[in-house]
Amino acid sequence: MQLSFKRPSILPGFWPAFSYSVLYLSLIVLVPLSAVFLKAASSSWAHLWKTITSPNVVASYRLSFGASLVAGLISVAFGFLVAWVLVRYQFPGRTAVDALVDLPFALPTAVAGIALTSLYTENGWLGHYLTPLGIKVAFTPLGVVVALTFIGLPFVVRSVQPVLADADQELEEAAVSLGANRWQVFSRVIFPLVRPALLTGFALAFARALGEYGSVIFIAGNMPMRTEIAPLLIVTKLEQYDYAGATAIAAVMLITSFLLLLGINALQRRTRSFMDVS
Amino acid sequence: MATAAPALVLTGTKSTVAKLDPPLVRWGLTLLALLSLGLFIVLPLVAVFVQAFEKGWRAYLAAVQDPNTLSAMKLSLLTVGIAVPLNVVFGVAAAWTITKFNFTGKNVLVTLIDIPFGVSPVISGMIFVLMFGAQGWFGSWLADHDIRIVFAVPGIILATTFVTFPFVARELIPLMESQGTEEEKAALVLGASGWQMFFRITLPNIKWGLLYGVVLCTARALGEFGAVSVVSGHIRGETNTLPLHVEILYNEYNYSGAFAVASLLSVIAVITLALKKFLEWKTAQEDK
Repeated sequence: MQLSFKRPSILPGFWPAFSYSVLYLSLIVLVPLSAVFLKAASSSWAHLWKTITSPNVVASYRLSFGASLVAGLISVAFGFLVAWVLVRYQFPGRTAVDALVDLPFALPTAVAGIALTSLYTENGWLGHYLTPLGIKVAFTPLGVVVALTFIGLPFVVRSVQPVLADADQELEEAAVSLGANRWQVFSRVIFPLVRPALLTGFALAFARALGEYGSVIFIAGNMPMRTEIAPLLIVTKLEQYDYAGATAIAAVMLITSFLLLLGINALQRRTRSFMDVS
Repeated sequence: MATAAPALVLTGTKSTVAKLDPPLVRWGLTLLALLSLGLFIVLPLVAVFVQAFEKGWRAYLAAVQDPNTLSAMKLSLLTVGIAVPLNVVFGVAAAWTITKFNFTGKNVLVTLIDIPFGVSPVISGMIFVLMFGAQGWFGSWLADHDIRIVFAVPGIILATTFVTFPFVARELIPLMESQGTEEEKAALVLGASGWQMFFRITLPNIKWGLLYGVVLCTARALGEFGAVSVVSGHIRGETNTLPLHVEILYNEYNYSGAFAVASLLSVIAVITLALKKFLEWKTAQEDK
């Protein structure tokens, strides 16, 4: 049995390392996570259904999915632009700019949340100019989109950058020598190459945005039915000791994220095979 | 791996290709990219520091030296001090198993390690409330024995460990995969013991990647908000980490205090970015 499970090797330490990894993985991740599904399964279906179809939960799902979608699309547009400039052009401070792209990964979400809120309130640095134009960002769904774009941008840049850097420049030169103009080269040669990476970046940004909490709750204002995101409702239910209700909302979100994660993995396999071919 | 090529280092621009774009397009796009990054990413960072010092140095120092801030700092450091080493040991063990051996179900293991990245921070906290809360699986047993896990320090440490679980393993797996097993096998053939091989061959080979994972793991552990917020009892001076303390000050309309504490976390974030860049450069050097 041992032989069929593991290919023999002279390297030591497989069994201790393997057993420790599996044990630790189970204790920290798998067992606690299964609590969600066991809790959901042990609650009455009527209660679960009532929770996830109640108007404020439906409204929060709509906001969370809608804002994540919009933020993901904005991240794709700006992320592509940033990746393009970083890979193809030389300008002073390029290394520093490249490092700054990761700031949303490194900055604690609560810090991002209060900083963004202070910028976009009526007398904030940006809100100050936007309010006279009739654009309200803080404490509206637009504010949620702004926070989620901040969070999502690096995912797109970091997905697209390596693909763009690896793109074979001979393809481009060939297209030019065959008489293609710049726009044709871009739309027929470069864009098809980076499309899978853009999609991966979008999916990663979207998945992260769905569950995001810290950077959103400050700028959202958390008005019932209008600017409450789904993760906030989970927190509210937990504070009211409605564990079954919180679990129901969480189960829907977990299933969605896992489906997304599977999709992302499939996409990345495709991206890789694409890069191998090119 | 989900975040593509962590050790990507900017290579020299493909100048021939870049020159195909007219200068106007080149400069226009560069300007637009810098402007959007400035607006979306740099401005919030600047706002933190400006507002932290709005009431002057003295107010800043007072906010930073407040006993509640100091105790939040202590708890944050304690959390990092436990969660990060735990995940480092796991990361090395998991990467060793996955990259140096062939066994059935390897891909499943790799996928399972990624799970915490796909889980909302709020849910990451909730699962521990479901297990150890008053109505949870072990709730009544813990109450009988007067042990508090959630709404206390152990819950904060557990939730942080969960959230930062994949970081080290994730950095090590691609690195060790690319290094293969030749050097370790040679060491064994020459008579090294298992630990000698590990400390003299494997560890020196992975040190920069390991450090990179530790940096990312530490940054996230210090900054985690959603998961910790759910399992913390929000008891000032007892179960408040730095990000939670920022929230409390902010909700009390003590903005300069909130931004002062936030500025400490922002400095750490900027240091993280610098270290990250340095370690990427270092790993790229070793590869050559």
